[in-house]
Amino acid sequence: MRVIHHPILPDAPVPDCTIYYDGKPIPAKSGEPVAAALLAAGVRVFRETAKKRRPRGIYCGIGRCTDCVMIVDGQPNVRTCVTPVRGGMKVQTQKGLGEWKEG
Amino acid sequence: MERGMKKAQVVIVGGGPAGLCAAIEAAGAGARVVIIDENNSPGGQLFKQIHKFFGSFEHKAGMRGCTIGARLLEETKSLGVEVILNAPVYGLFKHEGGMVVSYAQDGREKAILGEKLILATGAGENALAFPGGTLPGVMGAGCAQTMINVNRVLPGKRIVMVGSGNVGLIVAYQLLQAGARVLALIEAAPYIGGYGVHASKIRRAGTPILVGHTITRAIGKAQVESVEITGLDENFQALAGTARVLEADTVCVAVGLSPLTELAWMAGCDFTWIPQLGGHIPIHNENMETTIAGVYAAGDITGSEEASTAMEEGRLAGIAAAEALGLAAGRTKEMKLEIWARMNALRTGPFGQRRFEAKTQLLGSARKAAQ
Repeated sequence: MRVIHHPILPDAPVPDCTIYYDGKPIPAKSGEPVAAALLAAGVRVFRETAKKRRPRGIYCGIGRCTDCVMIVDGQPNVRTCVTPVRGGMKVQTQKGLGEWKEG
Repeated sequence: MERGMKKAQVVIVGGGPAGLCAAIEAAGAGARVVIIDENNSPGGQLFKQIHKFFGSFEHKAGMRGCTIGARLLEETKSLGVEVILNAPVYGLFKHEGGMVVSYAQDGREKAILGEKLILATGAGENALAFPGGTLPGVMGAGCAQTMINVNRVLPGKRIVMVGSGNVGLIVAYQLLQAGARVLALIEAAPYIGGYGVHASKIRRAGTPILVGHTITRAIGKAQVESVEITGLDENFQALAGTARVLEADTVCVAVGLSPLTELAWMAGCDFTWIPQLGGHIPIHNENMETTIAGVYAAGDITGSEEASTAMEEGRLAGIAAAEALGLAAGRTKEMKLEIWARMNALRTGPFGQRRFEAKTQLLGSARKAAQ
């Protein structure tokens, strides 16, 4: 859920683009962290662990813990809490460790 | 050294309150200053601090952290400080004429030679281990604060805050301001850790503060669906019959900060162990210089405190680095004394006194190391 009105801060800007979460379009703001757009859309499970298939989501929010990594535009292990949104981005739930493409 | 390697008189790692203030002082004295920061914007954690700071007029009290951040950025810009962003520093190499700082940017390795190096890397939030603690919906309080105040997104609707230090109290209040419900703030100790003024605000808003309580598990299949808490006895053991379940979807963990000291270890600085400051701390003297000549440390890396003290420590390091470069004007000594007076004023009262004693101990370690 987005916090548009706030008792101290000015009104927040509204989404200006679309990203695709597991193929589904969700509204996003250019430049905001991918994780923020997902949370705003109510998505909290970002990946599954490699061995026990346990769900993980955002934890530290500053790019240190790597719990929020997903596959972004085909690249796995991207920290969504520090990766800015660009319109049209494809974000996928990462299952396990991910596979790196050659080259 | 590679020919044509980038050079600066002062390289600062970290563009938070300490790093920015260090840059302002060093650049103000005439040094060529470069700040390197791994984030995509400078300011560190200042921009999520939407509350008014304490202290006196000189400490910018009454001003919100985000406003202070904007002012510091304007000042560094007007002084011509170069800020390199999205650039994690991963290596430090002693070199003739200073320290080579290696960093990554746009997927490439880069390096800069700094005659003086100031480490202002800040601190990170501590984690807390409990069953269900890895479920989506459990997060650092700082993460929730970034989401609501910077990204303007609620990370959950029904929150349990764990920890009653100032971070826990302030973020709980800011979650309420952002429209979330904070079901309870729990604290294992038998008393509230942070300032009474913050605690009163959230109590007035209807959030109970349960001291002598801890979280025993977060319950849920794919994410947090509820949270079990329990009362504790004076030995921090669960009290029989006091467990209960709160219908929360989010747990925010605010159980202290630890200095981010990796680069100080890498530089070869001597450390000391001071639990009140967050654990292993690089030893520094009154000039914020570590046991490695020409390497300074400022802000939370030298012990988790507040942005107000981080800014003062940064100024001190910036002045001292400029002085060591032979750039400082005549008032250096007075400026440093004024800063120490302001820092000592910030380190008073029931909370500050402990930090004052811990910092005094740290300076004592520096004197011992110098002998």
